[in-house]
Amino acid sequence: MRRRDLTLAALAAVAFAAAVSLQILRDGWYPRDDPEQEQILYIRSGPALQRIALSFDALLADVYWIRAIQHYGGDRLSGPGARTKYQLLYPLLDLTTTLDPYFNIAYRFGAIFLSEAYPGGPGRPEQSVALLRKAITAMPDKWQYYHDIGFVYYWRLRDYQAAALWFQRAAAQPNAPNWLTPLAASMLVQGNDRASARFLWQQIAKSEEPWLRRSAERSLLQLQALDQIDQLEAVVHRFPPPAGEQYSWAGLFTRKVLIRQPVDPAGAPYAIDPETGSVRVSEQSPLFPMPEERRRIP
Amino acid sequence: MRAVRVVAVNVFRESVRDRVPYNLVLFAILLIASSYLLGQLTAGQDVKIIKDLGLAATSVFGLFIAIFIGIGLVSKEVERRSIYSLLAKPVSRAQFIAGKYAGLVLTLAVNVSVMAIAVYVILAYIVWTQPPVIRASWDAPGLDPAMLKAIVLIFVELMLITALALFFSTFSSPLLSAALTFGLYVAGHFNADLKNFEKVVSSKAAAQLARGAYHVLPDLSAFDVKTQVVHGLPVTMGYVASTTLYGLAYVAGLLLVSTLIFSRRDFK
Repeated sequence: MRRRDLTLAALAAVAFAAAVSLQILRDGWYPRDDPEQEQILYIRSGPALQRIALSFDALLADVYWIRAIQHYGGDRLSGPGARTKYQLLYPLLDLTTTLDPYFNIAYRFGAIFLSEAYPGGPGRPEQSVALLRKAITAMPDKWQYYHDIGFVYYWRLRDYQAAALWFQRAAAQPNAPNWLTPLAASMLVQGNDRASARFLWQQIAKSEEPWLRRSAERSLLQLQALDQIDQLEAVVHRFPPPAGEQYSWAGLFTRKVLIRQPVDPAGAPYAIDPETGSVRVSEQSPLFPMPEERRRIP
Repeated sequence: MRAVRVVAVNVFRESVRDRVPYNLVLFAILLIASSYLLGQLTAGQDVKIIKDLGLAATSVFGLFIAIFIGIGLVSKEVERRSIYSLLAKPVSRAQFIAGKYAGLVLTLAVNVSVMAIAVYVILAYIVWTQPPVIRASWDAPGLDPAMLKAIVLIFVELMLITALALFFSTFSSPLLSAALTFGLYVAGHFNADLKNFEKVVSSKAAAQLARGAYHVLPDLSAFDVKTQVVHGLPVTMGYVASTTLYGLAYVAGLLLVSTLIFSRRDFK
């Protein structure tokens, strides 16, 4: 290489290095509101996007799928103080599944995470059901979607009649597992039954998808916490504080009812209400927020 | 036949000299880089996305080669005035057109084959690194031979686009040829809508015109079975064969018209 070429290459490297340095400095001096930018969804019409994509609709579906994952993950990690929370999750999943109607995991992801209570998700079970109904239109023989709708009705909407109906529909599909029919029956009889919930989550925990397994494992720990809370509240009310004192773990230690502060299955200490003595998972616990279901098994 | 072969081999050599194979290196790098990145981003959908990306990239790179080389096949010879010495040799105009077309199709065949092999190699690596429980969750096997159906139809579609580019290149400038070919590529993907135009317009004449356009314009959307093969949905051999035959018939028609136009051109 000639000396002149080397000089030119060196000058080019210096110019690029200067550009990068200036970019870093400028971003420091004038910070841009990037998270706000990411919340924009320019095209919301799935059919329009499908036309624009020509024959690359499946690839575009992948792009929207990745965006949905990033959007969900980003908002979940941003903490409860974030300005916008999961507002694009449904439109992104809707676009993904319009562009690729056979995108199985996008429907099932929606079923679990759209219905997840805030701040873990947007708490929109009706959107989960809408997405799963769309899945059934594309693939009417897949029992998993009927099952997932039943699950949303059972776990999030507390509509046991509707849940039983969807489990029965799931059982009627080809290759449906044989545990769906008894599950539908138990739903009709007992409805609010923690054992059924545990069984359902255990089925989901067998999924090949790691993120679905993690979600199921967390829910199983929540169910375990609900059982522990029942036992703890029984103890707390059997040994009430003396007149004029409030309920507290310290009081229970003093009276030698407990030897240490109880912790939930995730390792965070339980909280106790000083007025009523009711026990709950603390807000610092990874299991918070707990499902709304707090009724006791009869 | 020998004359056609000689012209075809020269077109292929010229495309190699024009560094067309560089796009294969770019394609391979794109796939290798994406296979690693996508594994981190897609919640376990890396195989689906590698397949989508591989098939889409095969189609896009092929489209660029078909259009940007196709439009220059004839016009470049005219511009460089090499057409005079070429036609002075024992090569008929029909052989010239057939040879030019065959040469570019050969270039595309090499490109598509190498890209298909690259996709399968990446998929083989992913299959090899994933445990059986993950592999069981995929819609279709990682190394699904059914993907070849999509690749064959992509190749036939590219053959058709090459014929379109060559057709336009016989009577117009390279820029106009590129615009017309790309316009027909887009229109060809909307073509299925024209078939049912009577459902959206009340005018019978407009509906019949649209139906006519449906048959005249290349039906490119029929060549797209990428989504089906990626999800392991059935694509029958009958469908692949009939669509391939449709494509070949359309190509034959375009080449014959191209020959007709080119034969009537006066280079004096």
